[in-house]
Amino acid sequence: MSRIHQAFENHKAFIAFITVGDPDLATTEKVVHAAVEGGADLIELGIPFSDPTAEGPVIMEADNRALAGGTTTDDVFALTKKLRETIDIPMVYMTYANVVFSYGTEKFMQKAADAGIDGLILPDVPYEEKEDFDPLATKYGLDLVSMIAPTSENRIAMIAKEAKGFVYMVSSLGVTGTRASITTDIGAMTKLVKANTDIPCAVGFGISTPEQAKKMAALSDGAIVGSAIIKLLAEYGRDAAGPVKEYVKSMADAAHSA
Amino acid sequence: MSQSRGRFGIHGGQYIPETLMNAVIELEDAYNKYKDDPQFNAELTELLNNYAGRPSRLYYAEKMTKDLGGAKIYLKREDLNHTGAHKINNCLGQALLAKKMGKTRLIAETGAGQHGVATATVAALMGMECVVFMGKVDCERQALNVYKMKLLGADVVPVTTGTGTLKDAVSQAMREWTSRIEDTHYCLGSCMGPHPFPTIVRDFQAVISKESRAQILEKEGRLPDAVIACVGGGSNAIGSFYHYIGDRDVRLVGCEAAGRGIDTKDTAATINTGRLGIFHGMKSYFCQNEYGQIAPVYSISAGLDYPGIGPEHAYLHDIGRAEYVAITDEEAVGAFEYLSRMEGIIPAIESAHALAYAMKIAPTMSKDQIIIVTVSGRGDKDCAAIARYRGQDLRD
Repeated sequence: MSRIHQAFENHKAFIAFITVGDPDLATTEKVVHAAVEGGADLIELGIPFSDPTAEGPVIMEADNRALAGGTTTDDVFALTKKLRETIDIPMVYMTYANVVFSYGTEKFMQKAADAGIDGLILPDVPYEEKEDFDPLATKYGLDLVSMIAPTSENRIAMIAKEAKGFVYMVSSLGVTGTRASITTDIGAMTKLVKANTDIPCAVGFGISTPEQAKKMAALSDGAIVGSAIIKLLAEYGRDAAGPVKEYVKSMADAAHSA
Repeated sequence: MSQSRGRFGIHGGQYIPETLMNAVIELEDAYNKYKDDPQFNAELTELLNNYAGRPSRLYYAEKMTKDLGGAKIYLKREDLNHTGAHKINNCLGQALLAKKMGKTRLIAETGAGQHGVATATVAALMGMECVVFMGKVDCERQALNVYKMKLLGADVVPVTTGTGTLKDAVSQAMREWTSRIEDTHYCLGSCMGPHPFPTIVRDFQAVISKESRAQILEKEGRLPDAVIACVGGGSNAIGSFYHYIGDRDVRLVGCEAAGRGIDTKDTAATINTGRLGIFHGMKSYFCQNEYGQIAPVYSISAGLDYPGIGPEHAYLHDIGRAEYVAITDEEAVGAFEYLSRMEGIIPAIESAHALAYAMKIAPTMSKDQIIIVTVSGRGDKDCAAIARYRGQDLRD
């Protein structure tokens, strides 16, 4: 078992997503520390991909900035290792199947584990295809996180039963990005997940305000925020650490109070 | 290791977000229900024959044959279909299936615009809403097709992300599908993407080889020695090959777009320059860098300008049943001009890649041998771009 469960132990969790290398590796290092200081319980490090088909425009542009700056998977491993020297909370990678597969799935898992990563989120790897990745992740002590969506319905039990780390509940149809409101019945989804597994579940996609974070955390075990943080990176660039810390604090406080 | 559904050897699969899984399962169930249904097939055949103009001709290119001095060359005239390309075969099939599933809206990606036009056409015919995603670069180089789609009542969404070409249009269509599934069918244009699309598209395009096999047997009393077709995602090629796969003596040749050459970065020749990867819902070969970032590919042909290839082609390559050769822009443009002058047929620049390879091998073959080349589309859409390639600025 990885250390992912620690994120959910004391209160509802706040999970922060940051694209590695946006706009450069030094900034990512500062921003990750800022998010931890702001109260994040788990960090999702995005390994940039050229064609991220599950992302909306905000994260797509972050991937472009990171790749334009020359960020590679090896850079991500090196930075993770450095972050792990001082950061104790769980960290997972969020990337696409081809980034892992092309690197050599076993070599990737080995290097990720060696760098101190706890798990992996691959949005283009559904339940049916997890055999390509899950056994090798497990071999190196990493949790391959399962996702469920508003359209999963009859699939939720099957997915939850084999889920590891935490269950990533996709709040809405469509791609990542902030939304004015979330209309899915998250409470009903949580209930189905809980009926089939003991591991925690957190809600992502579309959350940007403390009110949404509190509401989603109350309906599950935590809230995941990506695009709203990346917007601060797009706005403040190399000076984003301060604004990210402040924003994460407001969101983490809201989630923790749920 | 257990393998999921929709595999061709190690290729294929369903590498898509969970949000879409029930949609592809629903599609697979519907396809399995209707594919052998006599009523469905009668309706589809009626549309193919009386709306699209099938069967397409198998034309003996006598002048070209004599000029090249080798194998007899037959052209499978998919360019004579309604909307001017093979794309309509698949669109009629998928739209009919979508209607049976109760869908009222079609979305599609397009490269050269041929699939977009075919989808918009079928949507107009069947009274369905239609949105086509097209790379911004492609919108510019295929402006006539953008106009046609709008004329047919479709919304055309220019895609500005990435390289602004076919791969970005596919990504955007997939994103759109995840946001609206209930009433929407993604009418994917090639034999690629997640299962069941590679199988569905192949089956709807297999009419090409079903006809050509019967036609060549009638005309020549024997099967061809080679079947040649161009390959981007590979839909006209898989359709052209399918009914010959069991005939081991028939050479199957897919012609990839080499662009400025397979030793340059400006190429889209996936089998010749790519390696195994996972993208756009499938495991197959892709042009990519050492870290798995998808390469910004290039070809003069917007329809072949794609960094991947359908999983069944990847499999046919693996087992050595089909061969995949690379044809440069220059060779394709040469064939485009050659067929126009020699036979009075202006082929699509995509199809010109297949013709260019036929021009290479026909003279090396004997006069009693036979080649069938699929002319997958007509070249009207390409005239302005080819004129520009030759240094002439055409204006309407």
